[in-house]
Amino acid sequence: MKGNVIKYERDNIDTDVIIPGQYLKIHDYAELALHAMEGLDPNFHSKVKEGDFILSGRNFGCGSSREHAPIALSHSGIKAVLALSFARIFYRNAVDGAFLLPIEIERDAYSNISEGDEIDIDISNNTIKNLTKKQTYKMKPFSEIIGKIIESGGLFKYKPIYD
Amino acid sequence: MNITEKILARASSRAQVSPDDVVFANVDKVMIHDVSGPGVIKVFDKLKKQGINVDKLWDPSKVWVAEDHFVPSPDKISAENIVKLSNFTKNYGIEKHFKYGMGQYGICHTLSHEEALVMPGEVYVGGDSHTNTTGALGSFACGLGHTDVAYVLLNGKIWFKVPETLYFKLNGKLPEYVMAKDFILKIIGDIGTEGGAYKTMQFGGGGINEMSVESRLTLCNMTTEAGAKNGIVEPDQKVVDYLTSRGATGISLIKGDDDAQYQKIYEYEGSEMEPIVAKPFSPENISIVREAPSVDLDKSYIGSCTGAKYEDLEAAAKILKGRKVKIRTEILPAAISIYKRAMENGLLKIFLDAGATVGPPTCGACCGAHMGVLAKDEICISTTNRNFPGRMGHIDSQTYLSSPLVAAASAVTGKITDPRDLE
Repeated sequence: MKGNVIKYERDNIDTDVIIPGQYLKIHDYAELALHAMEGLDPNFHSKVKEGDFILSGRNFGCGSSREHAPIALSHSGIKAVLALSFARIFYRNAVDGAFLLPIEIERDAYSNISEGDEIDIDISNNTIKNLTKKQTYKMKPFSEIIGKIIESGGLFKYKPIYD
Repeated sequence: MNITEKILARASSRAQVSPDDVVFANVDKVMIHDVSGPGVIKVFDKLKKQGINVDKLWDPSKVWVAEDHFVPSPDKISAENIVKLSNFTKNYGIEKHFKYGMGQYGICHTLSHEEALVMPGEVYVGGDSHTNTTGALGSFACGLGHTDVAYVLLNGKIWFKVPETLYFKLNGKLPEYVMAKDFILKIIGDIGTEGGAYKTMQFGGGGINEMSVESRLTLCNMTTEAGAKNGIVEPDQKVVDYLTSRGATGISLIKGDDDAQYQKIYEYEGSEMEPIVAKPFSPENISIVREAPSVDLDKSYIGSCTGAKYEDLEAAAKILKGRKVKIRTEILPAAISIYKRAMENGLLKIFLDAGATVGPPTCGACCGAHMGVLAKDEICISTTNRNFPGRMGHIDSQTYLSSPLVAAASAVTGKITDPRDLE
C-alpha cells in the first residue's frame, strides 16, 4: 500500500483536535471529513489527498470514544496512521470499523520519514519502505485478533452476528 | 484472578483468564447517548445495505439511552438527533430512555449510578469514553465506539483483550479539603496520559474503603485520561447501600482472589495529598494548587460526569456559602435527581446568592459543544476531565482541571486558589 506522508511531529494528538466536539452532532461522513484535524491543522482538508498516510508520535487518538475521529480521517482519504503508539478506543474503532490501518512504528521510522515522503506499507512482511529516501523500517506486527479483523474487513465480517 | 479477570472469565464462560487472553465476553448492560446513538444508527444503515438483518436487538431490556451531549438542543441538527434517538428506542422496544424535559435525565455516566442501572460484577459497555466511571460500583465498565456498540446491540457480545492491572493503594483518608479529584490528578501526573493505556486501574486500600461511592466514581471516571480500559474498585457494603437506596435488589458482591496478580502496585499516603490542578493542555500537566501560576481566570465551571455529582455540589456550596463569585461561574448538576436534591437542601440558593448561574444537566460546555463555550484566550477552571487544546471551546482557550472545592474557591478570588487559603 503506497502513499504520501503528512507528518505531525508531536505526541498525544487527541480526538478533540482530530474532530472538535462541536461536530459530534454530525453523522454525515463527507461533512465530517471537511473538519478533520481542524483543531491542529486548519489546512489539512486542502492538502490531504486520497491514499495519504498520517505519521505522528505517541498516544495518537487519545481522549474520547468518538468514532467520528477515524471516520473523518478515513473519509478525507487517509488509509493508515503510523504512530509510535495509539490510544485504545481510537485503535479498536479504526480496526473494528475498517476505517484505516493503525500502524505502530519504531523511533527510526518516526525520525527518518519526512512530510511528503512516499512510503510503501507491507503488512504481510511488517515492513515500511521509504521510496523517497530508499530506507526500510520495521513495523510492529498486529496481534492475532487485530490481524484477523483487518484481514476480514472489520469486526462484522470477522465474526458475523448470530454466529 | 483479580476482580477484572474474574468478571471477564465469568462473562466468557471460562474458568480462568490471564492478561493478553482474547475473550468474547457476554455483555450485561449497554448504553448509548445522543452522540453515539445516531452513530450506531448510521452503522445499522450500513449493515442493512450489506444485507445484514438489523430488525431486532439481542435484548432491548439490557439497553438504556441517555440524552446528554447536545441537550437542550442548541440547533436543528441536534434536535433531529434527539428525534432519531426517540424513533430508534421506539422501533426497537428500548424502555429505559431518559429524555430531557421528561423527569429524570442527565449525563449518561451519572445515570448509571443515580438510577442503579449497573450492578457489581457486570460487564457494562457504553458508547462514551468515560464509561469507565461506573467501575466504581465494582463492574467491568468500558467505553467503545459506534461499530462495537452496534455489534453488542445485535449480538450481546464483544471482544476484549484481558488487561494487565495497575493497583493504586491509598493508605489512610484524604485530608479535609482534598478530594478524590486531587488524588486521581496526582496519579495521572505520576503515570502520564498513557500510563494506564490498555490496562485496568484498580483502586484499593484503607483510604479507598473510607471513601464515599461518589468519590470512587470520580477516580474511575478519570482513568480514561490515563488511557485505561477500565477503572475499578472492589465493591463493599457502601456500594450495596448506595444501590439499594436507589431501588436495586439482589446485589451480589465480587472480589479478587487472595493471590490476585497485579502488574504494578503504587502506594500513596492519604495524609500527604494536596489540592491539585492540571494545567493546560493535558490532564498529566499537574501542579499543587499553591504552586499554580497566578493567572486571571475568566470562568469557573462546575459540571460534568466528573464533577457535578451531589457530593461535588455540596463541596462547592461549602465554599460559596455566604461568599460572592468574582468571575463567571456556571454550575450544572449532572442529573435531575441531583438538581432536585440540591434544590431541596438549599444548595441552589447558596449558588444563586453567590452570583453563580445554575444550568440544566448537559455535557455541553465540557466538550466545547454549546451552553458555555470558551472564547479565544479565555481561561477556565473546571471540574471536568480533559483540557486538551480546544476541548472547551476556542483552540486558544485554556482549561485548568480541579476539584469542585478548588473551582469554587477560585470562583471567589478569580485566581487559582487552594480552598484552605480562603479568608
